[in-house]
Amino acid sequence: MSGYAGLRMGDGGEEVRMELIVCVKQVPAEGRGAIDPVTGALKRESAPAVINPEDLCAIEEGLLLKERNGARVTVLSMGPPQAEKALREALAMGVDKAVLLCDRSFAGADTLVTSYVLARAIRRLGQYDLVLCGRRSADGNTAQVGPELAERLGVPQVTAVRGLTVRGDRLLAERALELGSQWVEAKLPAVVTVSRRVNTPRQASVEDILLACREKEVAVWGAEELGIDGSSRSFLRPATRLESAMLPERKERRGELLSGSPDELARALLDRFEQRQLVR
Amino acid sequence: MSEGTKRDSGGRVLLWVFAEHDGERLARVSTEVLGRARELAVELNGEVWGILLGFGVRGLCDELICHGADAVLLGNDPVFAGHDIGVYCRALTDAVLEHDPAAVLMGATDTGRDLAPRVAARLGTGLTSDCVALGVQHETGMLLQVKRGYSGEMLYTYVCPEHRPQMATVAPGALKAGPRDTLRQGRVVPLPVSKPGEEPMITVLRDEKKEAVELNPEEAGVVVACGRGIGGLDGFRRLEQFAGLLGAAVVGTKEITDCGWLPESRLVGQTGITVKPELYVACGVSGAVQHTCGMWDSGVIVAINKDPKAEIFRIADYGIVADVNQVIPALIAELRKRQGLGGSGAGG
Repeated sequence: MSGYAGLRMGDGGEEVRMELIVCVKQVPAEGRGAIDPVTGALKRESAPAVINPEDLCAIEEGLLLKERNGARVTVLSMGPPQAEKALREALAMGVDKAVLLCDRSFAGADTLVTSYVLARAIRRLGQYDLVLCGRRSADGNTAQVGPELAERLGVPQVTAVRGLTVRGDRLLAERALELGSQWVEAKLPAVVTVSRRVNTPRQASVEDILLACREKEVAVWGAEELGIDGSSRSFLRPATRLESAMLPERKERRGELLSGSPDELARALLDRFEQRQLVR
Repeated sequence: MSEGTKRDSGGRVLLWVFAEHDGERLARVSTEVLGRARELAVELNGEVWGILLGFGVRGLCDELICHGADAVLLGNDPVFAGHDIGVYCRALTDAVLEHDPAAVLMGATDTGRDLAPRVAARLGTGLTSDCVALGVQHETGMLLQVKRGYSGEMLYTYVCPEHRPQMATVAPGALKAGPRDTLRQGRVVPLPVSKPGEEPMITVLRDEKKEAVELNPEEAGVVVACGRGIGGLDGFRRLEQFAGLLGAAVVGTKEITDCGWLPESRLVGQTGITVKPELYVACGVSGAVQHTCGMWDSGVIVAINKDPKAEIFRIADYGIVADVNQVIPALIAELRKRQGLGGSGAGG
């Protein structure tokens, strides 16, 4: 059912080659957009687009596996034509192949649609061992695409990973959970979502960037290339719809500024806590 | 009409709440979601069902009913003991197909974040994550799913018009649990357990929980928050000491959970929990909206930051413009003095 390519673990040190797929998304750079003077909301279109930070970690993890185990790394991104820049950055970092999933009919996708398109692209790529994604995007922040993609591919998901090794046809991972760590094992192929602490992504050199821009290719696949036509086009309709947006009112604060030496400040603050019976 | 209200055979709208538990206690977020679902069920003239999967968990049925469930769909079987997402997903999707609930809600926890998208994709329905409010649209009966926007400040309301069930995960601390009503009555509906055979998707080799955190920030009356201004680990240790003397829970901004000083369960803000304590002391917190959106409904807010332009001062009741690493030792010394002199009131 799934596309496990079979790991050729080299007993005698022969070439070991896995097929890795990394899914990335472009997001507005953190803390870089202008603030709308009326609503106070961040204007995301004003921020420069970068690869989602956790997706950069997913690329790095793919490259580390390539260096350790031998692998071919393919990077996928669903997005507008401008997302090609993200794919070139990934190529500069060292991935082998890049595919942009771009089509007018993909616009307005929610996670259900995104996971559908990514799954179609992965099927078209053929056999694979491991799909790596960032745990969540800095903008949408749903952390849904990884698990939804795993479900659509019919493979296990291992989320919030901060340490990963592949041995034979299994992966071993340390997950960063709310209350501590969990070590798990899963059979390949699988979808892994990585958290920021899994690694520190490498920086591509200027030469690599120039090379990636001049000489490497980014394939572009639309609905047609993915075989999404006829009745399957209904999968491109998002299930969720934005109904309204509002800026909630915030409580007015009195705002008393305390001053003095650290000792005076400590006394003044604790006096106020006691007056207002905030501490027992 | 009423596209938002598919009905079960009993003719009532079903609102499902997936119950998280540790085998003995319900997760707080589950009681919070139950509390809100109960209110929505009144508006919809519907029923709230708690979905309880586990082994040896029958005793929790009463807890769910006390917190607002009209019925508990109980899967009490060894197959559910391992908390395997694949097994849970199959049980939940099978149950949805059988009973046709209008909505399936769960906490935005590690489990909820793993399970909800998997179920949504299998059923081909929409999912809104990290909701901070839930409502009902009067004309359509559709579930209004409110989540914070990218910057944390705006609130966006989503609906799922055509697909069922409507699914949402809810940020812990965002909703209020209802009163625990021990007189409430409810029924238990057994969940048929599909025969084993499906290999567990992942095998847990080891679980390493950090020492049980004594104080749950969502319940604590006093919360001390650590931001980047704390500088280093020494400063953080002093802050923990200060919080201990105050009887406060310690939380942090993203920088602090990212570097591992605090677990992610202690991240306050857009991507973490929401807290509303009586007293919130922000130490070295700049006040980016991604953080403050998770705490600005606190009772009294204190800001300690050496940057007088820090955003946090705009929402503070008491502001201290000073190096947090000088103020905290002074606060520790003063608290010790007062507590040593006989506790509260002694220094007044």
